[in-house]
Amino acid sequence: MPTVSVKRDLLFEALGQKYTDEEFDELCFEFGLELDEITSEKEILIREQGDEKAEGASDVVLYKIDVPANRYDLLCLEGLVRGLQVFKEKLEAPRYKRVSPADGGEPQRLVITEETASVRPHAVAAVLRNITFTQERYESFIELQEKLHQNICRKRTLVAIGTHDLDTISGPFTYTAKPPGEIRFKPLNQSKEYTATELMSLYKTDSHLRHYLHIIENEPLYPIIYDSNGIVLSMPPIINGDHSKISLNTKNIFIECTATDLTKAKTTLDMVVTMFSEYCEEPFTVEGAEVVYPDGRLCVYPELAYRTETLSGDFINKRVGINESAESIAQLLTRMCLRSEVSGEGDLIQVEIPPTRADVIHACDIMEDAAIAYGFNNIVRSTPRTYTIANQLPLNKLTELLRQDLAAAGFTEALTFALCSEEDIADKLRKNIAETRAVHISNPKTTEFQVARTCLLPGLLKTLAANRKMPLPLKLFEISDVVLKDETKDIGARNNRRLCAVYYNKSPGFEVIHGLLDRVMQLLDVKPGRNQGYHIQAAEDSTFFPGRCAEIFSCGKSIGHLGVLHPDVISRFELTMPCSAIDIDIEPFL
Amino acid sequence: MADTGLLEALLRLLEKVDGGIDSQDVAADLGVDHQLIVGAVKSLQALGEVISAEQKSSKRWELTGEGREIAEQGSHEARVFNAIPDEGLPQNELMKMPSGKVGFSKAMSNKWIRLDKAHEGGPRVFKTVETIEDTVRDKLQLVQKGLSAKLEDKEKNELKKRKLLSEVTVKSYWITKGSSFSTTITKQETELTPEMIASGSWKEKKFKPYNFEAMGVAPDCGHLHPLMKVRTQFRQIFLEMGFTEMPTNNFIESSFWNFDSLFQPQQHPARDQHDTFFISDPALAHEFPQDYLERVKQVHSEGGYGSQGYKYDWKIEEAQKNLLRTHTTAVSARMLYKLAQQEKFTPVKYFSIDRVFRNETLDATHLAEFHQIEGVVADYGLTLGNLMGILHQFFTKLGITKLRFKPAYNPYTEPSMEVFSYHEGLKKWVEVGNSGVFRPEMLLPMGLPEGVSVIAWGLSLERPTMIKYGINNIRELVGHKVNLQMVYDSPICRLDS
Repeated sequence: MPTVSVKRDLLFEALGQKYTDEEFDELCFEFGLELDEITSEKEILIREQGDEKAEGASDVVLYKIDVPANRYDLLCLEGLVRGLQVFKEKLEAPRYKRVSPADGGEPQRLVITEETASVRPHAVAAVLRNITFTQERYESFIELQEKLHQNICRKRTLVAIGTHDLDTISGPFTYTAKPPGEIRFKPLNQSKEYTATELMSLYKTDSHLRHYLHIIENEPLYPIIYDSNGIVLSMPPIINGDHSKISLNTKNIFIECTATDLTKAKTTLDMVVTMFSEYCEEPFTVEGAEVVYPDGRLCVYPELAYRTETLSGDFINKRVGINESAESIAQLLTRMCLRSEVSGEGDLIQVEIPPTRADVIHACDIMEDAAIAYGFNNIVRSTPRTYTIANQLPLNKLTELLRQDLAAAGFTEALTFALCSEEDIADKLRKNIAETRAVHISNPKTTEFQVARTCLLPGLLKTLAANRKMPLPLKLFEISDVVLKDETKDIGARNNRRLCAVYYNKSPGFEVIHGLLDRVMQLLDVKPGRNQGYHIQAAEDSTFFPGRCAEIFSCGKSIGHLGVLHPDVISRFELTMPCSAIDIDIEPFL
Repeated sequence: MADTGLLEALLRLLEKVDGGIDSQDVAADLGVDHQLIVGAVKSLQALGEVISAEQKSSKRWELTGEGREIAEQGSHEARVFNAIPDEGLPQNELMKMPSGKVGFSKAMSNKWIRLDKAHEGGPRVFKTVETIEDTVRDKLQLVQKGLSAKLEDKEKNELKKRKLLSEVTVKSYWITKGSSFSTTITKQETELTPEMIASGSWKEKKFKPYNFEAMGVAPDCGHLHPLMKVRTQFRQIFLEMGFTEMPTNNFIESSFWNFDSLFQPQQHPARDQHDTFFISDPALAHEFPQDYLERVKQVHSEGGYGSQGYKYDWKIEEAQKNLLRTHTTAVSARMLYKLAQQEKFTPVKYFSIDRVFRNETLDATHLAEFHQIEGVVADYGLTLGNLMGILHQFFTKLGITKLRFKPAYNPYTEPSMEVFSYHEGLKKWVEVGNSGVFRPEMLLPMGLPEGVSVIAWGLSLERPTMIKYGINNIRELVGHKVNLQMVYDSPICRLDS
């Protein structure tokens, strides 16, 4: 969930009202936001870097507000204030308008060449005219781009935003892709020119930019945008050129978004321009820019598309569980920036979805907004009359019953991890990993998560090791799932429910574990015997001490092993006493 | 057990007195060491109510070794005085006496004797008085007779300074008759035996009383794990509410069922390597319901079913990637798909409690695997109010009655609500779960009828367990680093109390 940090006093000034922390928290809760933290730059610095670094830092109160991940329109102070003001019916949602250049001039044009196809094929653009920045507005503008980059743009992989002082460059602009050696320019906030190759190594150590290098690093061609004089605007998604950088005094801004996902690029551009067109000479207007595709197609951006959905008041009422008139529902929706009207035919409501609400893609999204405006906590809570008979999953039912009786037999239940290291299920048990049928994880952060366990024994032995100081004997069991590769399943693997128990004492206690097997079979109503019953038979298994291992058969089918563990297994799990163990599959007893 | 003769002697002494008797006096009377009497008192106490004895401590003056010698032989100065004949004694001879040095100076200061330094043949000592009164000896003899009270404190301290007296603390018992006082000793039995029952001899016997203050012997038993005890209770709650358990015994899942079928777009951050464990072997799932897969692809990439869709290039390769399921909702999706394949829709209530996996940063409350509790209801015409109503009933069974709901975002539910309960201890609202109504983009491609709504909620099993059992570090609860003593000691789980 993205967190937006805003200055409290600035926020209240914009809202035209002062709140106590509690009142504001309450408003956030109702609207679906969360006032996560109340802090200041100074406090943050003290926490992160210590008192010294924080000296002289600002102690202006900051609100850190958690915003739902799909509400890109609330990622800056401007958007938050607009959303809340409309919600409180203090403001009408503005109408965003794309306009042509004043005095009949030509629109800005961005030409995409076909070389971009292999690396980053999409681009959109727009112009904000006669904007007035203040220090706060400027900071918010930069911050919004960063938030968008982190969220909808998926760390610049899907979309990268570049903003430029239009008065320092001249169109038409060209979006192309070139070998990195052939790209040369002075990047933002650097004093000299670098080739793209040099830049990539320069930014290897940059705490911020190094996270984006991988996006194009191994591409033969890097994306690059030039103006008509060959000045580099940006090398997306890494860095802008220094030449066109915006400042507090910038009046006209050229915005380009390059992308691998065109839908997201359009939404991102819409967000940037809707949030900040407020500060243009003619508020909420955006000057369109033309984008020419390699195939000659010409599109004008930003789209700033309004869409109208028609739904009935009855639909909302039935889904939410309220009983409101169509007019009142239309009013609720309008408070959520979805301008709505009753259309006159029955209880049909025309709902207009503005370009800021890209999250509204279905009637259910509109229904949710009506419910939020109505107030979740004002909805009458009622029990559904759905009549059903409960059933336990037979495997879990058997597990629950066996667990009770194993505890009654004097064994204590352990709860161990389903993930472990390869070593745990192979080397430490004197097995070969290739023969384990283990499912392997491709991206473990540590060795603890290399594989899904193929048996419960390592977990129990590790539990013993962690509790060596406890009085002996230690008697543990676990009934849980292991995971095995299985070609016959759609995903190529399946769980297997197993019962495992260990006895750890100064003497091996094979008879104790054997007695537990007899007890389990008694509980499962299987009698001793060769054919219809169960029996054990001497077996060799590398995990067990030679001559001290038996295979367990039930109704002629092998279901597991029991025996005294091999001394190497005991020491590899950092244990010192003899130990006997049993491991069986309980699924045959369903 | 002290000698029976001594015990009975003590009891006979006690019989003669009206009130009680001090063990010191008993020792004096019987002429035995006090420690023997203390032993006798303890033995008698163990017999039940024969006597009652109260320990007391008192201070007493006692003669030191030197003090006893003086009481016997007289003070040093008296001994010096008595050694001097009328004709006197040479000083050097006097000094050879054991008491010479101390006795000489004391006798001198008492003016009992005089020294003639100029005497021919060396200095010589002469008596100056006819008789003396040896008050030191007298005083010490008084103390020896137990009459130290006759001396003034000043006198006693003076003698103490001379290391002739010392003050000692004496522990003794004040012994009185018990409720079953008798002068004869009957041996008490410790336990009832089969023989006593058979012979009826128990009727005559006296039994040693039990010490009810001591702890009993811990039973030799096994124990269930606290997290599993809580799981059992949650299962019970769902069963009481008529929910059927889903088959969640498949930790490995395809991205298709874990994400795509839930209308979670392929670029969603949850599908990132940083959040999810992907599988390298078996890396890909190879079997999907083809027509359903096509509908899922369509709703993601183009929309449909009243949806705009996400409008991106949906790839089968992403859907095929196997992973460790990140939520049990993957199983709910399979179950709802299965339900949609029924000839006629029937309402269902499903639940599951099982492991899920996240490739997250670990801390005191987060592990890479945890248990998710999930409830799902599918029926015609379910409302958001119904979801809140059923959540209210569910949480009431957990002993939580004060609930409120916050709008939230989740890719596969709309509306989505975070569930908060009022924590009386913390005096604030805390999040206890997540809930929502499954999106039509998830349900309609499965083939569920248009009017059917599916409401669902989820929470973790670990958090309520940690609160219930007062555990702060999740590793002490889950995994091999568990503290077995905690498992042994954990009480039964009743969630509503």
